[in-house]
This record gives sequence, structure tokens and C-alpha cells, in this order.
Amino acid sequence: MEHHTILRIITKLLVPSIMLFALYVHFHADFGPGGGFQAGVIFGAAVIVYGLLFGVMRVKQAAPPAVVRALSACGLLLFAGVGVVTLLLGGNYLDYNVLAAEPASAQHLGILLVELGVGVTVAATMIMLFYAFGSRD
Amino acid sequence: MVLATFLAVMAVGIARQRNLFAAVMLTGIFSLLAAALFVTLDAVDVAFTEAAVGAGITTVLLLATLARTAHRQREARRVPVAALVVVLGCGALLMYAVADLPAVGDARAPAHQHVAPRYIEQSPREIGIPNMVTSVLASYRGYDTLGEVAVIFTAGIGVLALLGVARRCG
Repeated sequence: MEHHTILRIITKLLVPSIMLFALYVHFHADFGPGGGFQAGVIFGAAVIVYGLLFGVMRVKQAAPPAVVRALSACGLLLFAGVGVVTLLLGGNYLDYNVLAAEPASAQHLGILLVELGVGVTVAATMIMLFYAFGSRD
Repeated sequence: MVLATFLAVMAVGIARQRNLFAAVMLTGIFSLLAAALFVTLDAVDVAFTEAAVGAGITTVLLLATLARTAHRQREARRVPVAALVVVLGCGALLMYAVADLPAVGDARAPAHQHVAPRYIEQSPREIGIPNMVTSVLASYRGYDTLGEVAVIFTAGIGVLALLGVARRCG
């Protein structure tokens, strides 16, 4: 893929905007379609597109496999951890209402954290799969 | 209807295609068409996921797999009659069942009678965010979503374990 100048430049332009769009999808999920899962997939896709054009090695420098593996577990732990926090605060498991004084803002916070966990796990798992299938040796 | 026809054409094309590279591309188009079909059914969240996962990530992963294996499928030695009978039988049963489904958007459909009215009436007050899909997925059905994330994580770990790359790229 050394000679595809146009593809490489377009990809360099596109990757940051794809990542930004992933964040938009994540934080705009309260109002429009989207959410942690879609945001995670789009973020993972941005990394994978970069990897397709510039090689898996370049991506591994930016996102080392060990970090990606740890992140995929961290997302799940964050989701489950929110549940544990609500338990410790005296509510039911994943009952966000105890996270803040006002139920609506507590729900906001809970959903945001939980969706973040979903997004991190999904993005990390996608990148992990790409490493697994894409690295030839 | 037009989209459904295109989907059927794509499915036949994928099944008949011997060049695996072309088949992968056709599956990508198939997913994109399915996403468009979901949009026409007002299921934008599902369409979003289908477009991102089905047309995007899956295509890339299949291509990466192709790069490690062969590009052409071997010619089948004989027509698999038993498989054809099973597939056609299942298809006929499903089409028979479709006739009993409520019409799309029917307010008296069982799916709209159970908990949906409560979500629609109470979620703006209880959760306070306009997108009810997010409310249901992340709050009312938080356990389900937690389970799904666990499934994704487990699947990823499973692939790593199967391909044995954990040692090499770690």
C-alpha cells in the first residue's frame, strides 16, 4: 500500500472526522439514534481503516495490543462497576437513581457511564479482532 | 419491496459466487441494503448498527481472513440435495408464519401492548432523555445490555484464544 497516495491522504483526512463522529454518536445518543455500541464500532472502524492503509504495525504503535486487551475488559468492568456503586449507595444493582440527588440527572450520569463502558469494550474488541485477523506472521 | 427484491438478488448472487472476494463485497452490499430496509421500517438504531457492523467491520474482517486463505471456493462435486430441501422447507415455514404476524405499525400488536406504553408514558419523567431507545437499552434493560457487553467481550477473548495471537502480539 506504499503507492496509494490519494487513498492515504484521504484516509488521513477522514480518520479524525470518523473518530469525532463516533464521539458525536456517543454523546448525542440521548437525542438521536446511536449509543455506546454504534459509537464503539465507528471508533473501531476508524482505527481499522487507518490500519488497512498504513499497516497493522503502525496502528499497534498507537494502540498497543496489550492496552487494547486491557481496555476491552475495562469497559465491561466500568459497566459492572456502575452497578456495584449503585449497590454500595444503597440502591438496587444498576439502579442509577441513587447516583445523584435528582433522579433525572442521576439517570443521565448512569446511562452516560454505562454507554461509555459499552463503547470502550466494543471498540477495543473490534480492534482486537482486527489485530487477530490482520496480523500475518 | 424494491429493497427486499434487491436483498433476494444479493443472497442468490452470494450463494452462486465462486470468487470469494466478490462474495465478501456482495455481503457488504447485502448489509447496506438491509440497513436501508431497517430505515424504511423506522428502526434507525438497528439500521445504524447494521450499517456499521455488517457493511463495515464484517467486510474488513472477512477480507483480512481472505488474505490469509484462498480466494476461490472449490467447485462443489454434487448438488447438496438434503441441504437444499432443509433450507427450502425452513423458508416455506417462515413465509407461512409471516402471514400470522401483525401488520407493521399495528397499534394492537402484542409488542405494543406489554411494557411499551409504560416506557412511552413514563420514560420522559423517569429518565428525562428524549430518545427512548437509549432509555430502554441503558436503563430499563440495563441487565440485558450488561449481558450483551459480556458476550462481546467473551467473543473477543474467544477469538484471541482460538487464533493464539495473544502470545505473539502481546
